[in-house]
Amino acid sequence: MADARKAKLTIREDEAAHFGALAAEWWDPAGSSAMLHRLNPVRLAFLREAIDLHWGTSIEGRRPLAGKLSLDVGCGAGLLCEPLARMGAEVTGIDAAPENTAAAAAHAEGAKLDIRYMAGELAEQDIGTFDLVTAMEVIEHVADKPAFVAQLVRHLAEDGLLVLSTPNRTAQSRLLLVGAAEAVGAIPRGTHHWSDFVTPEELADLLGAEGLKMSEPRGIAFSPFKGLHLSDDTSLNYIVTARRTAPPST
Amino acid sequence: MSDTSDRRDLLILGGGLVGMTLALAAAKKGMTSHVVDRADPADLTAEGFDGRASAISTASWNLFTNIGLAQRLEADASPISKIAVSDQLKPGQLDFVPDDPADTLGRMFANRTLRLALFEAAKDEPLIHWHARAGVIERRRGEHGVSVRLADGKELEASLMIGAEGRGSPTREDAGIAMANWQYDHRAIIAGLTHEKPHGQVAWEIFYPAGPFALLPLKDDADGTHRSALVWTVAERDAAGVLKLGDRAFTAEVEKRMGRLFGAITGVGPRSSYPLGFHHTATITAERLALVGDAAHGIHPIAGQGLNLGLRDVGALVQVLDDNLRLGLEPGEAQGLARYERWRGLDAFMVALATDGLTRLFGVPGETASAVRRFGMAGVQRLPVLKDWFMDEARGVSGDMPDLLVA
Ligand SMILES: Cc1cc2nc3c(=O)[nH]c(=O)nc-3n(C[C@H](O)[C@H](O)[C@H](O)COP(=O)(O)OP(=O)(O)OC[C@H]3O[C@@H](n4cnc5c(N)ncnc54)[C@H](O)[C@@H]3O)c2cc1C
Repeated sequence: MADARKAKLTIREDEAAHFGALAAEWWDPAGSSAMLHRLNPVRLAFLREAIDLHWGTSIEGRRPLAGKLSLDVGCGAGLLCEPLARMGAEVTGIDAAPENTAAAAAHAEGAKLDIRYMAGELAEQDIGTFDLVTAMEVIEHVADKPAFVAQLVRHLAEDGLLVLSTPNRTAQSRLLLVGAAEAVGAIPRGTHHWSDFVTPEELADLLGAEGLKMSEPRGIAFSPFKGLHLSDDTSLNYIVTARRTAPPST
Repeated sequence: MSDTSDRRDLLILGGGLVGMTLALAAAKKGMTSHVVDRADPADLTAEGFDGRASAISTASWNLFTNIGLAQRLEADASPISKIAVSDQLKPGQLDFVPDDPADTLGRMFANRTLRLALFEAAKDEPLIHWHARAGVIERRRGEHGVSVRLADGKELEASLMIGAEGRGSPTREDAGIAMANWQYDHRAIIAGLTHEKPHGQVAWEIFYPAGPFALLPLKDDADGTHRSALVWTVAERDAAGVLKLGDRAFTAEVEKRMGRLFGAITGVGPRSSYPLGFHHTATITAERLALVGDAAHGIHPIAGQGLNLGLRDVGALVQVLDDNLRLGLEPGEAQGLARYERWRGLDAFMVALATDGLTRLFGVPGETASAVRRFGMAGVQRLPVLKDWFMDEARGVSGDMPDLLVA
């Protein structure tokens, strides 16, 4: 990956077919990303509430992000970028793996959405700042966490909103996310390394070091009746917002 | 896919009462739709085309209120203040009356009245594109959308396809969704009746070995003639004969079964019939497809209540789609459809089971069986849980209510 920005330009015809197939796999709600598909409406519900609270948009509106620039870091095949675009944002998605962004671009074209995808490291990009920056289920895969958070904040507009979700480092998550879920194939094997997980306190410190205030974390929990849902239980997975000023009181 | 200029949120196949209500409710939430129906609207609303009448439960009435239909219908409503259940008019009748006398167990409407109100409302709705007298030649559902080709060559595109063509839904069959379906060899004979005495806003379910004989209170004619809708279940082998009877003979048969409850029968409208059977689909969704109304499930055990089940589908589906759109997710997106399926699947299945149970309980001939039935009814009378279920079912407030069905 010498020059990530060129990755998209150098895709050949036969590779396009390959990435189309890969996109189909990523986007198959019953395929290997089934868990992400089920997680998507849950984290989008959190995101929507955060957006309306931050910008004072109507909770009924369909395009609360109209006129906003949005960056999704670790975008995969675009599961989050596409909803952000439909909510009105001008979206940039970035992912370290060029095959992910190629698959994402193939899918967006089919969905007739105009989204900019880039392959590579965020630190190498000169793309300015964004009103909304999201990094869902990414920080647990990153080696140098302070550097990663610094990069996120560097791309956040002065009055922007940052949203992060990640597994918590608890006994429960060790048992469930790394052990059971991977063993039964709900999550592809090797996806998670438990010791890399970040607790909400650690995340607040990482963000604080960059001058950001983190919100109270919301849990993403699982129950057989409700499936995945937002909850007060943060022991498995949690989602937070962060901003330069104190969050508006609810 | 060729021309995408008129791609819509929904492609509703079948514009019956359920399909039309869905299009209207979706439009109220800003969703665009194509509605395709093979029939001519002029025929659908012609006097005598559809002799059916439907009870609109309190929950369904809330839906009509929320989509602005209630004002159009209010004047034609005939409230049900009591449901009387009887075994062959023998003593030991079971009455269902709401706790609050101001409350009703629903409002009766001629289906024709409902259709006319829906057509009028749809005409004023710019988000609905109506395609009448249109046959579907080909259906396609893919990763990014759905489309159909009409007999005249027109292509219609959308994000989500909806099968609303009633129980014979070709869209359901096209998707290969299997149905548990066993025929009972029974048929409902439907006709409007005029009678000497007022019905007192009472709906009657009179059980005979061949099946229930139901009378549903309609609004008096402009000239004050008292009217009820008849739903009479007969054995399949007798149906053709009953349909062919002259008006005088038919009236005599009807009077034999309802006695002088409403005095003399003074007139009978056009008769139609409806095959009855247990019919339930295991799934009501597939890739970018949702089934609603009779296409998704079978008949309701209480005469005239079938539409309410379909309107609950409408409320649940519109809520799921609205939530999706708020989150930037497409109408055809799979997680939303899974939620719709979880929400409606169980409700429809409970109703299908109850239908099956009632048909078996009341379908056995003979004196002993009749005694057992009366005993069974007394049980219902004494068991508050069962009685509440029956009442809630009539009012349509059982289960987890979609927002659109709440006042
Ligand atoms: C004669 C009769 C009597 C009934 N009696 C009772 C009763 O006593 N109790 C009860 O609970 N329920 C009864 N029902 C069922 C009840 O009326 C329905 O539950 C209710 O009307 C909901 O219907 P729907 O809109 O899902 O389907 P329908 O009312 O069947 O509407 C289907 C629509 O789809 C259209 N259509 C059909 N095929 C195609 C096609 N291939 N292409 C395009 N359009 C198509 C039709 O023109 C129609 O407009 C009865 C139904 C009938 C037909």
